[in-house]
Amino acid sequence: MAVLLLAEIVGGEISIDQTAKALSAAKELGEVTILCASADCSAAADAAAKLDGAAKVLCADDAAYGNGLAEPIADLIVSLAADYDHIVGPSTASAKNILPRVAALLDVMVISDVMGVVDANTFERPIYAGNAIQTVKSADAKKVLSVRTAGYDAASEGGSASVETISATANPGLSEWVEDKVQESDRPELTSAKIVVSGGRGVGSEEDFAIIEALAEKLGAAVGASRAAVDSGYAPNDWQVGQTGKVVAPELYVAVGISGAIQHLAGMKDSKVIVAINKDEEAPIFQVADYGLVADLFDAVPELTKAL
Amino acid sequence: MKVLVPVKRVIDYNVKVRVKADGSGVDLANVKMSMNPFDEIAVEEAIRMKEAGKVDEIVVVSIGIEKSQETLRTALAMGADRAILVNAADDVHTDIEPLAVAKLLKAVIDDEQPGLVLCGKQAIDNDMNATGQMLSALLGWSQATFASEINLDGDSATVTREVDGGLQTIKVKMPAIVTVDLRLNEPRYASLPNIMKAKKKPLDTKTAADLGVDVAPRLSVVKTTEPAERAAGVKVADVAELVAKLKDEAGVI
Repeated sequence: MAVLLLAEIVGGEISIDQTAKALSAAKELGEVTILCASADCSAAADAAAKLDGAAKVLCADDAAYGNGLAEPIADLIVSLAADYDHIVGPSTASAKNILPRVAALLDVMVISDVMGVVDANTFERPIYAGNAIQTVKSADAKKVLSVRTAGYDAASEGGSASVETISATANPGLSEWVEDKVQESDRPELTSAKIVVSGGRGVGSEEDFAIIEALAEKLGAAVGASRAAVDSGYAPNDWQVGQTGKVVAPELYVAVGISGAIQHLAGMKDSKVIVAINKDEEAPIFQVADYGLVADLFDAVPELTKAL
Repeated sequence: MKVLVPVKRVIDYNVKVRVKADGSGVDLANVKMSMNPFDEIAVEEAIRMKEAGKVDEIVVVSIGIEKSQETLRTALAMGADRAILVNAADDVHTDIEPLAVAKLLKAVIDDEQPGLVLCGKQAIDNDMNATGQMLSALLGWSQATFASEINLDGDSATVTREVDGGLQTIKVKMPAIVTVDLRLNEPRYASLPNIMKAKKKPLDTKTAADLGVDVAPRLSVVKTTEPAERAAGVKVADVAELVAKLKDEAGVI
């Protein structure tokens, strides 16, 4: 079985971590060729070639691929698809933009967020925000899938695959890049942070969210919020953790003043260690917390920030 | 300009999901169903575009069982003008795959000729995050996924997208498919008078066969299981004990 793996390249730079983790899943399916598509991708291709398990690296260098636009990159992948049984990418915003488009052009069903490879046709994936795990078997001749990288260890370095430069396909010219705004905050990004501190309705106001942010600052953590806190206007929409917000799985998740509604739990229960601070000892959040502290958050959180 | 918004009837986001004992899927019998939250955002955005004078007509389309009419009525009550139901399944447990949904929507779009399609970025049941991108591929249109801001300017649209670690702005040629993310807007609630009015708005029904689309699934469900249970941990007495546990026992700080 031959596998084409789409390398994660953002702003011209390869994310070795995402690519290497997706490679670990791809290796289970067969011999892996890594595709680097970018505006100046020789550095990315060289980095990909060092990954253990990469049989070959294809480097498609063209301005049209420089900003991750879905239409030209999907066309490129489709032009290569005849040689592969599986087309794989990490479950990143970039690959999730491209892969379903590839699948539709190939008239196959995409398989998103694969968390386990059962065999060449059969995959495990979360549904209902991880509240159920479904094993699905594809009847399609080619499989297009994205891999939920959180569950895979990164393939190590030490390989020396050959790099082949391939020519670009015609740019359909449907969209053009305007600008990228990378988060200016010193805080890590919510979905990739190792520690997340989230506040709920219990925080009580937008001003008081400052104590959540202070704790996050101290821990080098990202800040999250429950839907209740977002709906009450205490925190912006993009901080929302939950079924309709972001799904996170950090090493440490600190839930402050969050009761633990189902839709919030769906977004964070895969975290390695969960801490809950809530004054209501009956709050459902304590049923999933490794460490629960029944206390008034306005006392406990500043004290915790100071103690760290 | 006409805008088309596909909406999906899914389990309400506040309902606890239960896996059926036979492992065939999630139990949806006698469970509260609502409009997919991301689709609500898409409907809201279409209404705001109409209120701003940039859109003349909003057509909402749902693909599913007969009862998806309820979801269409909700969208009509919010402010959509007319609705199309594509009846493609008899059982609420039959989830039409995004590829088939995209083919059905393409058939509707070939007929309706909208200038813009606004979709939710994903449905909170199958979490595939695929329909918009697939539809865009089948139509050969431009796509802008995960939108947090949309500005229409004639024959193009400038869309800000939520990507990993920040935002990306792209300019897409019209007609376009835009899939919407949480930050775009906060959907309104339908008022009672508007709910009454919505009952009189036109709702056409078609079938998958009318549209000539084969909806047979490509993926078969081998089994559905509950995720690994999380055992409740311990209560700590105070902040000092919490810090000690996190340092020594969990080793996470």
